[in-house]
Amino acid sequence: MTATVLSTRNLTKHYGSGDTRFDALKGIDLDILEGESVAIVGKSGSGKSTLMHILALLDAPSSGELVVDGHSAATLKGKALNSLRNRTFGFVFQQFFLNANASVLENVMLPLKIARMGSRERKRVAMATLELLELGDKAGNKALNLSGGQKQRVVIARAIVNSPRIIFADEPTGNLDSATGRIVEDLLFDLNRERGITLVIVTHDEDLAARADRRIYLHDGLLVAAIDEPAATAGRHA
Amino acid sequence: MKAMDILGTAVGNSFRSRLRTTLTVLAIFIGAFTLTITNALGTGINNYITTQISSIGAPDVMTVFKPTAVTAPTDGPAPYEEGGGSELATNQGPPGSTVIAMTDADLATIAAIPGITSADAIIAVRPDFVEWQDNGKFQLSVSEFSAGITLDLAAGSGFDQTGGALQIVLPTTYVPTLGFASNAAAVGQTVSIGVTDAIGTQHLIDATVVGVQNPTLIGSGASTNNALTTAIFDAQRTGLPASTPTEYASATARFDAGASASQITAIKDDLTAAGFTGSTVADQIGTFQTVVDGIILVLNGFAVIALIAAGFGIINTLLMSVQERTREIGLMKAMGMSGGRIFALFSTEAVFIGFLGSAIGAGVAIAVGALVSNVLAEGFLSGLVGLQILTFAPASIATVFALVMGIAFLASTLPASRAARQSPIDSLRYE
Ligand SMILES: Nc1ncnc2c1ncn2[C@@H]1O[C@H](COP(=O)(O)OP(=O)(O)O)[C@@H](O)[C@H]1O
Ligand SMILES: [Mg+2]
Repeated sequence: MTATVLSTRNLTKHYGSGDTRFDALKGIDLDILEGESVAIVGKSGSGKSTLMHILALLDAPSSGELVVDGHSAATLKGKALNSLRNRTFGFVFQQFFLNANASVLENVMLPLKIARMGSRERKRVAMATLELLELGDKAGNKALNLSGGQKQRVVIARAIVNSPRIIFADEPTGNLDSATGRIVEDLLFDLNRERGITLVIVTHDEDLAARADRRIYLHDGLLVAAIDEPAATAGRHA
Repeated sequence: MKAMDILGTAVGNSFRSRLRTTLTVLAIFIGAFTLTITNALGTGINNYITTQISSIGAPDVMTVFKPTAVTAPTDGPAPYEEGGGSELATNQGPPGSTVIAMTDADLATIAAIPGITSADAIIAVRPDFVEWQDNGKFQLSVSEFSAGITLDLAAGSGFDQTGGALQIVLPTTYVPTLGFASNAAAVGQTVSIGVTDAIGTQHLIDATVVGVQNPTLIGSGASTNNALTTAIFDAQRTGLPASTPTEYASATARFDAGASASQITAIKDDLTAAGFTGSTVADQIGTFQTVVDGIILVLNGFAVIALIAAGFGIINTLLMSVQERTREIGLMKAMGMSGGRIFALFSTEAVFIGFLGSAIGAGVAIAVGALVSNVLAEGFLSGLVGLQILTFAPASIATVFALVMGIAFLASTLPASRAARQSPIDSLRYE
């Protein structure tokens, strides 16, 4: 049995009001199951990032319903919201958002620090995660001195360091050359397969999207065609 | 984030933009330095005054005199009272002040006031000189306020008031002048005191030096015991007609040493009602303290103004860091850090900057202050033995720290709450 971890009903989001009002999302119905990998595909400006931010509880929808892991998002506040963000989600953004002057280890430890893990324990967990991504020897380096691919691997390490159930990746390879991008993709899909972490990837790259279990196509704030890969999802909607 | 992690992160963050932090710390440093110095000045002077009061002691004695009727400078003189005393120059109040002379009848009135156990005239003795072993004659001034006073002795054991021996305590400044090798060497020696009487004959009185006293705030004259005072006074009056009434400028009233402040006030009120004015040693020295406190308050005011200006520097610095770290704040929020902890992160950074400023300010102030204080104590202020002009009291330094860090915290509330309220997504989208 696979549970639904993210579910939306008639979700809308608009920016501004009056003359400047812009409807970024115009009614999205979506279910994402535990352990699957979903690609949200669309042209630039189609609302992919907006949708991902709402799914990740970083932004509130203008209307509609969002249920995350059984909790209605509208009722999630304060501590519950923060601990859900901290323990359930990992983020990989197009921009790395690394603290350039802090060490790689410090950057990776940040979510654990926020989770109030003790200093020795978090060092151990972060080091183990860095080893996993073959970055153990870079732990002491400043984030500043890494190559783009290394930076994105550090970002992935930071995203998975507190064993999240869902990873949100917004154009994770957008800033990388194709060879490095490939490595990063492999890493993300490995995590999805081997650890069962639900993967939500936002991309306009068809090749990357093709590797996901499922693709969701977004056009001007609307889902246009959600093509399921028959093999991967055969039993799920039954 | 745990409190320790917040502290560590905040300290780390404050060192990220070193120049900015340094400049802000410098602004705080100036305020904290000034405040520490002015407080030390206040403590130093007040400590000195307090030790003076306690070393001079005489908690059970007050000086009583009869003030002239107070007239405003624009009024004419007060009407003459039949039987009222004549005016005498006094050492009370500003130079040129006069008091009404007191007679034995006045002494009886004072002694009769409830709470007062006895009243004695303070008799003014005017010896001509003092000399030791033909080392030359030197002018001798005798401290009038000697009854009941505890002497701050640098050597010797002080008076034996009960016996009839003629005894004198010399100020330290007389010791080398009179030819003694040291304070201790002077003790036990016999000095001759010359007194001229009413008809011009000079008398010589021998007295034993029983102590050497540190100069005090209320006079640097020698002190004499009752027997010697009486001896000099009698010598002075030799040749005066017996009927000449004795007049005194002031009297010493003794009261119970255990009297409370309110009892002393009651005695003073009674004295006022009877036409006298009474003041204790503490009153006389306390006036200095009030003036010193007033000056220190003004100086502290300037230092606090400097600190408030520095507070605006902190606001500015933090607003800039909040701006710079918008994305980082967004990221931390996305990772589940609460607004309260973001607030704590930035306010801790401000408080840390405040701490640095006050630590450096107080540290430098103590170093500079100790140096200056020692130099002054040996030079310019050497006359006031025991005066450490800058005294750094731990409590007042702690107050400086608390004040500076409090101002820093207040200054941080605007930028920190701005950071705390940022929505994670706006921060992450921020270009
Ligand atoms: N804060 C905002 N205010 C106004 N318009 C916005 C804001 N954020 C996004 N948009 C608009 O919403 C649309 C969708 O944006 P986004 O979700 O970032 O698209 P995508 O990620 O697919 O490129 C774009 O046209 C964008 O200009
Ligand atoms: Mg986007």
